Amino acid sequence: MPLNDLWFLLISVLFTGFFFLEGFDFGVGMATRFLARGDTQRRVLINTIGPFWDANEVWLITAAGAMFAAFPHWYSTLFSGYYMLLTLILLSLIARGVAFEFRGKAEGRLWRKTWDAAIFTGSAAPPFLFGIMFFSLIQGMPIGHNMEMTAGFGDVVNGYSLWGGLTVTSLCLLHGLTFISLKTTGELRNRSRRMALRLLPAAAALLAVLAVWTGFATDLFEQRKGWMTAAVILGGLAAGLTGYFLKRQKEGWAFGMTGTLIVLMLASVFIGLFPRVMISSIDSAFDLTVANAASSPYTLKSMTIVAAVLLPFVLAYQGWSYYVFRKRVSDSDHLEY
Amino acid sequence: MDVLDLARLQFALTTIFHFIFVPISIGLSFLVAIMETLYVVKKNELYKRMAKFWGTFLLINFAVGIVTGILQEFQFGMNWSEFSRFVGDIFGAPLAIEALLAFFLESAFIGLWVFGWNRLSPKVHLACIWLVSAGTMISALWILAANSFMQRPVGYTINNGRAEMTDFMALLTNGQLLWEFPHTISAAIATGAFLVAGISAWSLLRKRETEFFRSSFKLSIIVALIASVAIAEFGHKQAQYLMDTQPMKMAASEGLWETSGDPAPWTVFAIIDPENRENRFEIKIPYLLSFLSYSKFSGAVPGMNELQAEYEKTYGPGDYIPPVRTTFWSFRIMVACGTAMILLGLYGSFLALRKKWDKMGGWFLRAMVAAIFLPFVANTAGWIMTEIGRQPWTVFGLLTVEDSVSPGVTAGEIWFSLISFTTMYLILLFVLIFLFIRTARRGPEREREREQQDPAFDPYALEGGDSVAAQ
Repeated sequence: MPLNDLWFLLISVLFTGFFFLEGFDFGVGMATRFLARGDTQRRVLINTIGPFWDANEVWLITAAGAMFAAFPHWYSTLFSGYYMLLTLILLSLIARGVAFEFRGKAEGRLWRKTWDAAIFTGSAAPPFLFGIMFFSLIQGMPIGHNMEMTAGFGDVVNGYSLWGGLTVTSLCLLHGLTFISLKTTGELRNRSRRMALRLLPAAAALLAVLAVWTGFATDLFEQRKGWMTAAVILGGLAAGLTGYFLKRQKEGWAFGMTGTLIVLMLASVFIGLFPRVMISSIDSAFDLTVANAASSPYTLKSMTIVAAVLLPFVLAYQGWSYYVFRKRVSDSDHLEY
Repeated sequence: MDVLDLARLQFALTTIFHFIFVPISIGLSFLVAIMETLYVVKKNELYKRMAKFWGTFLLINFAVGIVTGILQEFQFGMNWSEFSRFVGDIFGAPLAIEALLAFFLESAFIGLWVFGWNRLSPKVHLACIWLVSAGTMISALWILAANSFMQRPVGYTINNGRAEMTDFMALLTNGQLLWEFPHTISAAIATGAFLVAGISAWSLLRKRETEFFRSSFKLSIIVALIASVAIAEFGHKQAQYLMDTQPMKMAASEGLWETSGDPAPWTVFAIIDPENRENRFEIKIPYLLSFLSYSKFSGAVPGMNELQAEYEKTYGPGDYIPPVRTTFWSFRIMVACGTAMILLGLYGSFLALRKKWDKMGGWFLRAMVAAIFLPFVANTAGWIMTEIGRQPWTVFGLLTVEDSVSPGVTAGEIWFSLISFTTMYLILLFVLIFLFIRTARRGPEREREREQQDPAFDPYALEGGDSVAAQ
């Protein structure tokens, strides 16, 4: 595999991994508002993701770093082009990250309420805004010959991209609910499972409409007919199995299925894009591709060696951390946050 | 203000803010790791309490450091897309490696450390905090490797109007990095050490839990002294290195318009007039600048006018003199703070090692509380000197700041981000200080009581399931 393709794959995996992992902790963050009854339950929920959310967020940082290193033009066009969206995402992530750490460090109703609001907003906004970003990106953006993107409001925010944002958010919530049912006991476990079952039809409907709409709003089906069709079928299957496993209280499997839905969605975006990384709505000659947006072969080679050496360790100790904290959390435990 | 000014202002503000939290993370995780090592080796509960109490400060700070760091990484693309295009081939690599090698390490093991006190064996738990500490330092190494390239580009070639990497190892063996890294790391350790020493001094003033805070003070003041001396030594070496690579920065930081006589005197104070390119009033110490520049009492130092003429020959017409007053004074503020840190460290270590606790007067303890701020002022001044002194370049000799900014981003957009980030950061800083004061006021004993009242101090323990927990 040429190194340009390999790095596109790696960046796709990093973004997909980010949405799989941070997806459930976004979902847990949102569930603190819908699911928790009282402060203790809210603390239990936050503690289910306590040891993980930080490392999950690093997947995003690494994805952006890898993009900068391997495809500087992609990084530059995307990040300057989506300036406002990224500003809002950053503000949400900042508020959310500190809220986890701050909320338990002092008492008082107003104190808790403020940080709880930050956790909810900071967990709901990023998937929605990222959804808008990715689903407007695949529609094509006004990118000129100099690789600069000059998008108007309607280019970024339109019916299709809003629908995409809504779908990503609902999938994250669903994923978070199955995670909670996997990591808690008693009442919380049951209620989160029931809520996931109630949300499932809505999320599946959003996803189905998004798939159909993608056929009209983008060229993804033309580009990758085989994969897109397979993804739709597999997605339907995963949604059905999510319900099946939830009803039978097999939470681990249900969590795997909601994760599959997220992976399928993100993978479709990236597979549909390839070999382009940014689509120009002005002229396909101005598309950014894995060839014209990439770093020099020397940089790609050096980075490949570095990544090949480091990635196994990173995956190993992250896996170990999930293993150490594999037990369910309950309110009789010491709660850090 | 136009887009360029706004983008510069935002970068300056967000970076200065970020670098309030980063040195605390580096310094405190190192100190906490030492404390926990003492606990594991000496089996003395006091050190465990120390690790936990000072660890609380670390955690409050850590979250802020991470979230403000995401913005740093995104900002290059958002505001400086031309810079990112030009230099991404080289600059992106250390950033990606930083994330892969350092951020994952810190974030995974800080989670294990916080939630793993009763689930991991003492030695494995100790390893976690050392890995966090290593992560913070590795992170510094790579981001400074990127910064060093901007100060002194190495291992590259210009191809199609972009800088392309030709030698990966050259990035890591960059002479600039060789001094910038230890200088910055020792400054970060001193920042953490003065924080612990200052809060301990404050608690000793209030005569609370004296044994705990005497031990904390003794450990931290020794670390503070060693780190402060190291800062000065590495800083001295770095300045000498700059004489070769960025003489304009050194000339500006000395307010030196005309090439000095031989031997060169060091200007303590000057009223600088950049319009007319002269100083109106100066206080000078003979020989000192020669010594600082070359470690001997002879040798002339080139002035800005001579260098300007030289640069014009090399890079074409333009103004290559950075803002002189800012560079000059930030350098002096940094040096003054550093000197104060060494003196306080010497006196404090002397008293603590001789166990002359009764001789530790109120004035000294109060000075130590105030000294919490010294490293922050010095760090900020140091970076202002480094970055402002490189103007008008972003990448020295290759790319100017003017040519680095994103062409498509509007002033309105930057106004929005500038105001919202600044507001957010001010709130964060305010809350952080509030929580620091609160945690210090409660003291370690209250923390321990809270913990002991908890029936099961292990968020992940359920009936029987502790195959991981070594006894």
